[in-house]
Amino acid sequence: MDNILSWIIWIPIIGMVAIGFVPRGQQDLIKKIAAGTTGIQLLVAVLLWMTFDATDGSFQFMERAEWIPSLGIAYILGVDGLSLPMVALNALIAFLGVFVSWNIDRAVKGYFALFLLLDTGIMGVFLSLDFFLFYVFWEVMLLPMYFLIGMWGGPQREYAAIKFFLYTLFGSVLILIALLALYFACGKTFDMLLMMERAPFALDGVLWWGMSAIKVIWVLLFIGFAIKVPVFPFHTWLPLVHVEAPTAISVVLAGILLKLGVYGMLRINYTMLPDAVWWFAGAFAVLGMINVLWGAMCALAQKDLKKMVAYSSISHMGYLLLGMAAVIAGGAANGSNLMAAQAGINGAVFQMFNHGTISAMLFILVGVIYDQAHHRDIEGFGGLAAQMPVYTGIVALAFFAGLGLPGLSGFVSEAMCFIGAFPVFRTIVIISTIGILLNAAYFLWAFQRVFFGKLNEKYTELVDINQRELFTVVPLLVITIFLGIYPRPFLDMIKETMNVLIDQVVIVGGISGIF
Amino acid sequence: MLINYALAILFLPLLSFIILILAGKRLPRQGDWVAIGSVLITLVLSLAMFGSMLLSHDPGFSHEASIDWMDLGAFRIEMGFLIDNITIVMLLVVALISTMTHVFSIKYMEGDIRYSRYYAYLGLFTFSMNGIVLANNLFSLYICWELVGVSSYLLIGHWFEKDSAADAGKKAFLTNRVSDIGLFIGVMLIFTALGTFNYGEIFQGVAQGDIAGTLLTLAGIGLFIGAIGKSAQFPLHIWLPDAMEGPTPVSALMHAATMVAAGVFLSVRLFPIFTSEVLLFIAYVGGFTAIFAATIAITQNDIKKVLAYSTVSQLGYMILAVGTGAYIAGFFHLVTHAMFKACLFYGSGSVIHAMHHTLQKKHDHDTDPQDMRNMGGLKSKMPVTHWTMVVAALAISGVPLFSGFLSKDAILAGTLAFGAHHPQHFLLPIFGFGAALITAFYMFRLIFMTFHNEPKFPELYDDIHESPKEMTFPLVLLSTLSIFIFYTLPYFNPLSDHGWFMELVKAKDSMVPGNPSAHEIAEGMHHSHTATMILSVLLAALGIFLSWSVYLKKRISADAWAEKLTPYYNLSLNKYFFDENYDKYLYQPLLRLAERISFIDWDLYDKYFINGFGRVTKWLSFLTGRTDYDGLDQTIVDGLGRSISKAGSSLKEVQTGRLQNYMLFALFGVVIILIFQSF
Repeated sequence: MDNILSWIIWIPIIGMVAIGFVPRGQQDLIKKIAAGTTGIQLLVAVLLWMTFDATDGSFQFMERAEWIPSLGIAYILGVDGLSLPMVALNALIAFLGVFVSWNIDRAVKGYFALFLLLDTGIMGVFLSLDFFLFYVFWEVMLLPMYFLIGMWGGPQREYAAIKFFLYTLFGSVLILIALLALYFACGKTFDMLLMMERAPFALDGVLWWGMSAIKVIWVLLFIGFAIKVPVFPFHTWLPLVHVEAPTAISVVLAGILLKLGVYGMLRINYTMLPDAVWWFAGAFAVLGMINVLWGAMCALAQKDLKKMVAYSSISHMGYLLLGMAAVIAGGAANGSNLMAAQAGINGAVFQMFNHGTISAMLFILVGVIYDQAHHRDIEGFGGLAAQMPVYTGIVALAFFAGLGLPGLSGFVSEAMCFIGAFPVFRTIVIISTIGILLNAAYFLWAFQRVFFGKLNEKYTELVDINQRELFTVVPLLVITIFLGIYPRPFLDMIKETMNVLIDQVVIVGGISGIF
Repeated sequence: MLINYALAILFLPLLSFIILILAGKRLPRQGDWVAIGSVLITLVLSLAMFGSMLLSHDPGFSHEASIDWMDLGAFRIEMGFLIDNITIVMLLVVALISTMTHVFSIKYMEGDIRYSRYYAYLGLFTFSMNGIVLANNLFSLYICWELVGVSSYLLIGHWFEKDSAADAGKKAFLTNRVSDIGLFIGVMLIFTALGTFNYGEIFQGVAQGDIAGTLLTLAGIGLFIGAIGKSAQFPLHIWLPDAMEGPTPVSALMHAATMVAAGVFLSVRLFPIFTSEVLLFIAYVGGFTAIFAATIAITQNDIKKVLAYSTVSQLGYMILAVGTGAYIAGFFHLVTHAMFKACLFYGSGSVIHAMHHTLQKKHDHDTDPQDMRNMGGLKSKMPVTHWTMVVAALAISGVPLFSGFLSKDAILAGTLAFGAHHPQHFLLPIFGFGAALITAFYMFRLIFMTFHNEPKFPELYDDIHESPKEMTFPLVLLSTLSIFIFYTLPYFNPLSDHGWFMELVKAKDSMVPGNPSAHEIAEGMHHSHTATMILSVLLAALGIFLSWSVYLKKRISADAWAEKLTPYYNLSLNKYFFDENYDKYLYQPLLRLAERISFIDWDLYDKYFINGFGRVTKWLSFLTGRTDYDGLDQTIVDGLGRSISKAGSSLKEVQTGRLQNYMLFALFGVVIILIFQSF
């Protein structure tokens, strides 16, 4: 059990190196190595989930090693209720992603090597407790993404790849500036635990160019992370990249990468700058509302199935922002409504996970039909329900999960976000609930156009979803249904950590509060 | 034990759903026996619960049990059951109609391509409907509320190859979602104020004044908006007539007897927390819907459309009853209506089935088997269907000796009492009594057009025959249950609703301070009872007589009247153009707005603004390069300049996307700053 976190991070690198030694042409072996590596990683992640002590809200399985002591940089890892579900989700998505990628036949070696590198980068971000290490992993993630989109993507792949890269890099630069500012403010350490302790007080009352340092750093970090989420108005790269990326990369992107932005905000903004949460919560709520409605309206207008799902992601991330804003309900100024704060913040993290499984499922399913029909034009299908009954049933479930049907996990977290944010941001929440309708509208409308009506003559040759594809979807489906019926096993895992987070914002943010 | 019964009633149909979805096609008879068996068991268990309710004879009986579904410390959500007499009666209604539908469908859906799917969805529906009935809190209710919506979506769209069916399913789901938003906001308002979803705790909170005034009114209206959608009240009634695209047994079960009654059930459950303003709003919505839908039903020619608008109108009655405080009368009407309206729907199904098969045999695909103008004279060919439908029509018209008379009378008495007490709301009794007249008229219009007169197509007529036993049995049973005696036992007075129902299902006092007590409301109803009875019997008789004159004896020409009243006739025939106007002023603008937003997002904002950053950078680097080379290098410095020029043009390359450089830059940046600072 020692160094379990390091294992989780570095196992894919072992696989990557192994793939490097496989002679060309042995594509199957490469795929099997990738599957084996991510499989082992998944097993370790499950082991981590089972041994994690849910009653303890602080960091567990901590690892600490010197790296560059002169600069206060260290190799620190740890997991808590916030990162644990993300680690588990990533392990699962990476494993399934290998099978989603099974049909890749061009430059197989490079593809899977990069895929595994990406896996390591993501795990590193979730598990790093040293800000510098966090940043290194954050950047490591970018590189494979760029190549995976740019080389294995659709017709506009190069444009999409460079846009993704530049946009994200722009965000990274802002994060970098904030990182250095926090580093110096906290006495030249990158140890996030120390930074969480020191930053709220060290920066208290500091002014830069007449502006509160806390606010400046907050905004830098916020934009950096918001690009990843993506929060309106930093969202336009997402539909483009999704449309161009190969299926498995879309799956990883929607399933995991978007959550990194939220994770960053919760891990860094919320804990190191808790005062500013109070200042910014209103903006969070408003942006959440815009995300919900704007994303849903755009989705309603789409003709490309994948682009529609991409915009639906934007809409769904909006719910989550509402939930994050709810945390301030726990403060004395808002009547110490701990109920709402818990509902909101737990709902937000639950939504991260649920959107991860549901959107991954949606993108896999879009990929299934694209592989056969070679297009994704919603209007271009029709009547597929008769031709592909199993596929239709699974898409129906995935769409219902997307539109927040009770009994499926998305509903629980969306409802929690709404209920949590409601006491403080009543009007905003009420306006946002229109999203409930719009989400149903575009999903059902698309479903009707693709599956209902008379079977399109062109598609009498289509075959139903195959075993491999089923294998990639069913685990996600089972999780979606299970957590929709009984969310406790998940929520019990994260709730103590969320209480720590609420305390950090409410108590620490409340005491030093200059706002 | 009660809880175990309830658990079995709830989950057996769900189990049947899961089995049939996963393995239905592989089972013998496509597994219909799984569904029928499960629902029969729920019927037996519901009957057992009902029996024990009658035996123990305790009007105040109430039993609750729940589990923690979510527990975050402060924030908790429970799932639980509330079993009182209302629950038990409602469970029996659902189980009974559901069983009848399962039996009726054996023949009606015989040979359908998705036979097992159909039975699976019936199981899902029965599960969710029972969930609504059993819920002891708003959160559980909301979950089942939406699940009912989805099973309705699936069953309406059962024949999804037809675009109209697929459209209708989507419309039903989306219209219901509109109202679900209201419900959800209501739930959030209540939860924020009281910190609980549990009915009992909410009642307590309201009684203590923890939520009151405008907030409580808003919450009440929100919750009631949920009922508006599900019970197809004006202005969200538009989905229910379209829902008739689903198989007819489904229409009987969901879109007549049970699912659409869920809104009424919710209003009945939550009656104690409605403020007087909310109740007034409810009364007007219900009353207006009752008469408004009746005026549409009167001109429809599709047999199922008549019944659909009739259902909307009858649901309006029930809602009206809740609004005027006579909410137990509303619930009573829910029960009696479930029997006779389901009977009417099965009857129409039986007729359509016969018409359809005969038309198929003649290879006639153009004649509409649901259009009453194509029927006529079926009486002697389908005697069972005819007589059972007549009984049900008498019941819905409010003729004494039948169940509808009792419940309708109770509602009208409540309305009249309310009108007498608040003369400014004189419209409510007018709505109520007016709708009673029209109802009697159009119901018998349906009977006469379908079963009497000369057949429209004599060549068709010869081949038509009565439906098989699986279909007539539910008809006979439900028409029998439309007779007064089943609701007045142990008493035999056909003119009084006094009986087990009124003794066991008692009205609760409103928890809102200032609202009249249950006793005061009952007093008022008692006083207006006789007047109501006389008036309503007269109106029913008048309606039937008019219908008889117009459609049977043809003493009055319907066409001539339609001619005289053309503008009104057209309004009614076209359902007041609601669909057209919603389409023109809501859906189309919404879609256009979506297109526009998407255009702004993708073709303006992203293309020009976001990409603009890239363009400007590129242009700047180009300019730097040019200045560097032409300006500096060529004219001023020659040797030294070349190296700078190289830097300039490589900068240009950087901007077009050399990855490694960016990475290097980022890392260099860090290192340089770090080095700088360590001094």
